[in-house]
Amino acid sequence: MARWLLGRTAQAGGTFVVAVVLMFFIMRLSPGDPLARIAGDRHLSDVEYQQLQERFGLDQPLTTQFRAFVSGLARGDLGTSISLTPFSVTSLIKARIPASLLLGGTVLLINFTVGILLGVWQAVHRGERLDRWLSVVSLTAYAIPSFWLGLVLAWLFGVHWHVLPVAGMHTLTLAPDTPWLARAADVLRHLVLPATTLSIVTIAATIRYQRTAMIEALGQDYVRSARAKGLSVRQVVWRHAWRNALFPVLTLFGLWLPLFVTGSVFVEAVFGWPGLGGLTYEAISGRDYPLIMGTAILVSASVVVGTWFSDVVHMLLDPRVRLQ
Amino acid sequence: MIARPEAPFDRWRRSGGWLGVVVLVGMIAVALVGPLALPDPASQPDIVAGAQPPSLAHPFGTDVLSRDVLSRVVSGARISLAIAALAVTLSLVLGATFGLVAGYWGGWVDTVLMRLVDGALAIPRLFLLLLLVTVWDRLTIVPFVLVIGATGWFGTSRLVRAEVLRIKSEPFVQAAQALGAKPARIVRRHLLPNTAGPLLVAATLGVGNVILLEAGLSFLGVGGVRPPTPSWGRMIFEGKSVLATAPWTSIFPGVAIVVTVLAVNLIGEALRDHLDPKNA
Amino acid sequence: MTTLLDVRRLTVNFFSEAGTVTPVDDVSFQLAKGETLALVGESGCGKSLTALSILQLLPRAASIGPGSTIELDGQDLVPLDEAALRAVRGARIAMIFQDPMTSLDPVYTAGSQITEAIRAHRNVGKRQARERALELLEEVGIPDPLSRFDQYPHELSGGMRQRVMIAIALSCEPQVLIADEPTTALDVTVQAQILEILDRLRRSHDMAVLLITHDLGIVAGRADRVAVMYAGRIVETAPTDRLFQHPAHPYTQALLASVPRLTGPLQRLTPIQGTVPNPDAWPAGCRFHPRCPYAFDRCQQQPPVRAVADGHETACWLESPQ
Repeated sequence: MARWLLGRTAQAGGTFVVAVVLMFFIMRLSPGDPLARIAGDRHLSDVEYQQLQERFGLDQPLTTQFRAFVSGLARGDLGTSISLTPFSVTSLIKARIPASLLLGGTVLLINFTVGILLGVWQAVHRGERLDRWLSVVSLTAYAIPSFWLGLVLAWLFGVHWHVLPVAGMHTLTLAPDTPWLARAADVLRHLVLPATTLSIVTIAATIRYQRTAMIEALGQDYVRSARAKGLSVRQVVWRHAWRNALFPVLTLFGLWLPLFVTGSVFVEAVFGWPGLGGLTYEAISGRDYPLIMGTAILVSASVVVGTWFSDVVHMLLDPRVRLQ
Repeated sequence: MIARPEAPFDRWRRSGGWLGVVVLVGMIAVALVGPLALPDPASQPDIVAGAQPPSLAHPFGTDVLSRDVLSRVVSGARISLAIAALAVTLSLVLGATFGLVAGYWGGWVDTVLMRLVDGALAIPRLFLLLLLVTVWDRLTIVPFVLVIGATGWFGTSRLVRAEVLRIKSEPFVQAAQALGAKPARIVRRHLLPNTAGPLLVAATLGVGNVILLEAGLSFLGVGGVRPPTPSWGRMIFEGKSVLATAPWTSIFPGVAIVVTVLAVNLIGEALRDHLDPKNA
Repeated sequence: MTTLLDVRRLTVNFFSEAGTVTPVDDVSFQLAKGETLALVGESGCGKSLTALSILQLLPRAASIGPGSTIELDGQDLVPLDEAALRAVRGARIAMIFQDPMTSLDPVYTAGSQITEAIRAHRNVGKRQARERALELLEEVGIPDPLSRFDQYPHELSGGMRQRVMIAIALSCEPQVLIADEPTTALDVTVQAQILEILDRLRRSHDMAVLLITHDLGIVAGRADRVAVMYAGRIVETAPTDRLFQHPAHPYTQALLASVPRLTGPLQRLTPIQGTVPNPDAWPAGCRFHPRCPYAFDRCQQQPPVRAVADGHETACWLESPQ
């Protein structure tokens, strides 16, 4: 088992390295000048432009830039933001992580409670009217762009009914001596719409995966054996069927982990949520390539870790795989 | 767990597929014919008149520049569907080619290619595209389509490669080779029939994906569809600033996206039931 | 002989794309206390569905038809709801299935699947259940039960898995054991062992056994009575010896004739002409008549069940067994 773990971890590391190299070259090779925007915005003279180029190492040959990039990465230095100079990318990212974790964590929680429950329910009640309607709703949710849904909900609850806030994470006009409980409640109120939006567009996939996996599990012989033993419906469905239907859903967890880290670029953009997704959005608006690189590297890392994690948990939970 | 007839459920699923076809065909028809019947969406912008709510003259209302939203949505359909179709085709071709090469040649070519694919798959497609287009000066439609297509072939290549490897080891292939059959013939006669189904399903579902991606990138302002050419994503973005006063400018393009992607997904699902039941 | 399980006019309907079919059509038989009844037939004759319907474990698309009666000790099981059925399953009637690899849950240990069965019906603590499970493992002839207890199904051989299934079935001392093709998925050498165990346990636990099989060979010497099934119907019922020596139904005769003999002079195998009909295309009248060498015009009508001798019934128009 330890050998497998080592191998799998090495594989994850290798994949990440390839991803980082790919990202570097893709970005550098895309036509366009990373400094064009800021040069245009600030009307830089030729001399200032030259200085800026030197500062960001853009006058160096590609291989030198790559080496600098890699050594920086090894130190945890992702470079300096262009649009938000002089802040370093790393510090900007760090500042945004708590908000991302809050939004992402909430959405993950909803996915893996409500999503799983609905998926299991659908499988057990397969073919009934409610199952069909849920499937239709799920399929529709798949088709909804998250940014549009965000705007619709923002309009509905923020403008039309004016019951929930639609921007940021805090109410800016809160008095400095507000007790922490009220502050927390304020944050939660701000969390509702972005979390709902993101949950709706992601839960559809969770429900479908779980439903499919459960239907297959329920059709297995060991479920029939469990019923033949006289076990209760709950034991048959959860202890036997779901325990086996867990695996595809674990894969989904690995898929959703990046979401946990970055929230969603679109949702955070619409609601001004100060997480990593929002940071990415600002980076895009500012044509800030070191910042985009930084968030892209982070999200790729979370993809690699996410899939690694779900493979490991799969291995731990499935005795057929574990005891090789 | 109780006895229930299976047949009606499957019929229902299949009718979903047909509904998708009807809707999609309808959309394509509207996209092709519509702009001829409706007012030109790029017609004189009129800042003074501003956004008008839906009325008989303008069923979807007008946007901030007093352009008819309905005709813009319809024109946007053309753009979005065309981009999606072309990008998916490109992805399909690239994926099939690389998958074939990797599977057939094997050895270090296969290893290198698959390592690259693994690395690329670790980057969410949105971010891959962002890395490409954010710094791109004046991105136009053609490079935009190419870029989208170039980022969507990784999964397909794995699929094709797996099939190639499976077929390579089949005795009948070795027999065919012994008889002097050329690789092209083997590909045509054995590989294509087996992969056609799953590939078609992947392509169909990919269309929906691309529509959403293109809309998203346009919303973020980095799409290749430049104003005044209408793009659903861009329209939603433009409507964002007047959301409080003129929500219809954002709502209708979004509805169009949902309906189109839903139709495409229904078709894809129905196709999957038929052509790729293992993965259904 | 007291009748323990009384199945009368059992029909099972199956919904499919093509419409509704009736793979089990008006089946009746009795199982007496302490006896082994073998339900024999080729694949597709409906014997497995018959067995599953007793505990109402039918697949989703199937249901028991109206007019069916399945009485256990005088109580009709058909109208029972899930809760009531749960009290019967495992506790009064237990069932073992054909493929022990897929019939055991791969993510739980063998031992835990036995204790689970015990604790489903008995109010005992974990330790007590574990001890009882170890006893059962010994009873079914598994050497070193202590280590096997904590092993997973994929770590056990086919024969051992089936023994575990038997242990599970026995755990709550059921009155009836239904064994659906218990040896079909096993090696020939292991088959005999499993049948031996079933026989021994039947006697020691005073159970009645309903043995479903397509293999006439395992019936001889193991079953007290045999019911032969063809195309959803029972065509002959008789004590085992009598069936083998004086088969009354042409189908039974043909079945026996098609079994190769290891002893005696070498004979040519005589297969049965034609193929087994599909449930959506049952022949009218006696379902075997298209393949029957003795068929005559009366066979277009379904023959009534009539007694040939004491305890020997058949559904055929022919007057005498020839």
